[in-house]
This record gives sequence, structure tokens and C-alpha cells, in this order.
Amino acid sequence: MPTGAFATLLYKEALRFWKVGFQTVAAPVLTSLLYLLIFSHALAAHVRVYDSVSYTSFLVPGLIMMSLLQNAFANTSSSLIQSKVTGNIIFVLLPPLSYREFFAAYVLAAMLRGLMVGLGVWLGTLWFVELNYAHPLWIVSFALLGGAILAALGVIAGIWADKFDQLAGFQNFIIMPLTFLSGVFYSIHSLPAFWQGVSHVNPVFYMIDGFRFGFFGLSDVSPWISLAIVGSCFILLSTLTLLMLARGYKLRG
Amino acid sequence: MTPAIRVQQVTKRYGALQALGGVDLEVARGEFFGLLGPNGAGKTTLISALAGLVRASSGRLEVMGHDVVADYRAARRGLGVVPQELVFDPFFTVRETLDLQSGYFGIRDNGGWIDEILDELDLTAKANVNMRALSGGMKRRVLVAQALVHRPPVIVLDEPTAGVDVELRQGLWQFVRRLNRDGHTIVLTTHYLEEAESLCGRIAMLKAGRVVALDTTANLLARSSAHALRLRLGAGSVLPDELAPRVLSSEGGSLSLRFDRFDEIGAMLDRLRAAGVAIDDMEIGKPDLEQVFVDVMRTA
Repeated sequence: MPTGAFATLLYKEALRFWKVGFQTVAAPVLTSLLYLLIFSHALAAHVRVYDSVSYTSFLVPGLIMMSLLQNAFANTSSSLIQSKVTGNIIFVLLPPLSYREFFAAYVLAAMLRGLMVGLGVWLGTLWFVELNYAHPLWIVSFALLGGAILAALGVIAGIWADKFDQLAGFQNFIIMPLTFLSGVFYSIHSLPAFWQGVSHVNPVFYMIDGFRFGFFGLSDVSPWISLAIVGSCFILLSTLTLLMLARGYKLRG
Repeated sequence: MTPAIRVQQVTKRYGALQALGGVDLEVARGEFFGLLGPNGAGKTTLISALAGLVRASSGRLEVMGHDVVADYRAARRGLGVVPQELVFDPFFTVRETLDLQSGYFGIRDNGGWIDEILDELDLTAKANVNMRALSGGMKRRVLVAQALVHRPPVIVLDEPTAGVDVELRQGLWQFVRRLNRDGHTIVLTTHYLEEAESLCGRIAMLKAGRVVALDTTANLLARSSAHALRLRLGAGSVLPDELAPRVLSSEGGSLSLRFDRFDEIGAMLDRLRAAGVAIDDMEIGKPDLEQVFVDVMRTA
């Protein structure tokens, strides 16, 4: 049992998802592996994205990142909405926790879940998909930044939503389209010009493209551009989240 | 010595609704203080502002001399709140809940005190049971335990006995009295006025976000000279109209009539006899806090 308000909240958030790990970690890993199985089976013979990389290999980093992002978002948003609806959010509002500690604990715990799911997908594909690890530092950087961004977005959604269906709307109409239309299953070069343009305003595209560059040394845009965009998104969303927390928006009437 | 709680000109507005309209009060260290008022009077809003759960629109609140906004860490360390709603985290056991709450307050190795609280609140056998599996009364006890886990000098109980059985109520008051004897300042809100009368040394009454009475319980009781003549009327008896303004309460065949001086009783009984009213039973009641409360709310 850790001591210190921040460490305790981080521990509590991690323990919370770990206690239902079958649902929060194992299930999304299985879902991603099923995606891999189905898409690689159906498309491997028809799609060639990069000359030196098979479609199945191409797919794996995208699926790892997609599951990482979705679960980082799910952790913060579901924890906060549940606490708000049931009223037990009071237990973390009464203690002497600063809004920065609150933010850091929720985001780090969500990143941990996202990384565990991503790691699970990676481990599950090791035995039948060959991957390169051209630039491991890029892999780690984009995994951490992507997880942090979606975790922060989850905090915003969890605080903003008053009801579960509002959160479901946020998840289904914003998070899902952003992750599915981000080049997980394809290279954006295979899209018509209009949709290529649309993809370029989707920040999740840069997360996945930069992450994939770490594996293959190949990407649709320069990883430095992706890093700059993803880094900016992180700063922007973190600032917005911290402002909401500092003002007590929907938490401290 | 700084008071345990200081509230200065606190207002809270929710859009058009003025929940608190300039509340001023102080609670001395070691007091057992009652905060009474009808629903919507602003009791919970005031407690929430004190605990940092809502932000006052204006004014200043202090706990043990620490401003609840500027020096919130020290203020929150000094305060334990038992919330009105029966809230719990369904992911954890009772002990995990209390361990986590200790951690939030930065307390290391709190097992000894947690065991003591569990014992006092008769929760030891439930320590490793998930919160979901507890009865309502047990959950209420855990809420009390959570508020005490960091040994706060000031404890606020927001209607802690709402919907709990007599046994728990008595056990809880015994425990809270002991905490008060040990030096803890207690602030209690309750709708059970007999509880407030027997426990609180001083009481504030709120109405529509304002303090309308603030005095010792003894002074408040002395403020009302009204006694009650409690009667059980015979079947078919009807109270004469001229005694109707004296009715304090009426239920079935029983009613309470207000009087200020004992020599009024004779005239009241004469009037009842003259109207042919049969009296099956009669007793005289002393002024109680409930009557004082009703009077204050009526006149404020």
C-alpha cells in the first residue's frame, strides 16, 4: 500500500482496473487479435502497403496502438463517470489532493492499462507475425504520448458527461471514428485525395503513423512532424484538462 | 485560540437560487454543534463549502484556522465528513476502502487505528467483505470510519442516522460522544431534533440560506415558554373553534394544545367541557427543541 495522496490515487486507479482485468485487459487483447486474424486473412493477399512489409506485419503496430489508445480513454472516462454517478467521487475530493496530483494519477493509471493491453496484443502476435523494431525509442515515445493524450481526453469526457449515454456518445462518435479512420488498417496513400486530407487533420493518424515508423522505419509522414503534432496535442489537452480540474468544473460545484 | 470552524459572510448562488445568503458563524474547539434547518435550508451546501466540495460565491471559510481555498491541504486534513448519501466504491473491501482513504491523507501504517475504528463500529467481521455485500447500516458505519481514518480534529456528520436502525444509532452516538470527550469538535446536521437536543451544546438554525437562530441549546429551549397540553379525545368529540389556534399537532384522536402559563389550562379545560368534549387521557409536555424549531421557522 503506497503512502502519499498521489501514489494512493494512482494505486487505487490501477487496482480498480486490475480487479476486473478480464474485462479491462484480457478482453480488448482478444478483440485486437480477432481483428488481426480476420483482416490479415481477408486482405493479406490483396493489400500491399509497403514493399518490404507484409500486410499482417503492417497491421500489428496499428492494432497495438489502437487498443492502447481506446483503453487509456476507457479507463479515465469510465472511472470518473462511475464515481460521479454513484457519488463516491467525494472520496477523492475530500482529501488534500491537488488538481495536478488528481490529473497525474488518473492519466498515469490509464496509460498503464493502455500499455498493458498494447503489450498483450504485441505478445499475442509474436508467435505468428514477424515484426521489425527499427527505432524502439520512437515506439516508446508514441506509445506514451498517445496513451497520455487519450487518457487526458478520457478525463475531460468523464468530467463533462453527466450520464453514461453521454459518455457512450463521446466514445462512439468521436473516439471510435478517430481511431478507426486513422490508418490502422491501411496506408492513407491508398485513399482518395479528399480522405487523405481528412486523415491529415486526425491527430490519431499521427500517433499510429509515428508508432509504426518505430517498427518499420517507414511512415506516411515524417515522424518528426507526427511527434510535433502529437506533442502539441498532449500539451493542449493536458492544459485544458488541468484548467477544468483547477476550476473544479462539474466536480466542485 | 482560533475556532475549529469560522464562517464569514459566506454566500453561494446557483444561477437564480441563493443557497447561502451571507452566513456567519463560529464553532469553538471541542464543541458539539448542531446545524438544523428544513430541507433546502443550505445545511449541506454549507458543509460542502467547508469541505471544498462546492466553492462559495463569496465570503471565507476556515477549518482550524486554515482557509479552505488558499490553505486547502491543511483545512482538509483537519476535517472529516460523513456525507448524507450512502456512497461507496464497489470495487473494494471495507479494509481496502479505509487503507485507501488513509493513503489519500498521506498516512503511513494506519492499521492499528483502522482496527480500532472497525472494532468501535462493529465492523471487524466485515473488514474483508466487499462494500457491495454490506447492508445499508453497515455502509453507513464505513462512511463514519472513512471520515475518522485520518483522526481529524473536526468531524462533520451530515444526517448520519437517516434511515438507520435504533441499535446503530445508539452505538454511533456513544462513539461520537466519546470522540467529543476526547477533544474532537463535532458538527451535526439532523432532522431528528431530539438527537440534536440531547447531544448538541450549541445550535444554529438555518432557513433559506440564512442563520435565523444561533445559541446554546439551553438558551434556545428557554426562549420558548410554550408548553403543550396533550389530549386524547373521546370518540366523536370535536375541538371548539376558539381553541383551534392553539393546536400544535393533531393525529387521530390525539392532539397537542399550546399554552404559555399554567393558569391557562383551567380555562382551556372549561371550554372543552362546555363544548361537550370527552377527554380520555391528558398530559403536560415541557417545551422541546422541536417546538422551538417550529417557532423559529414560523417567525423567521
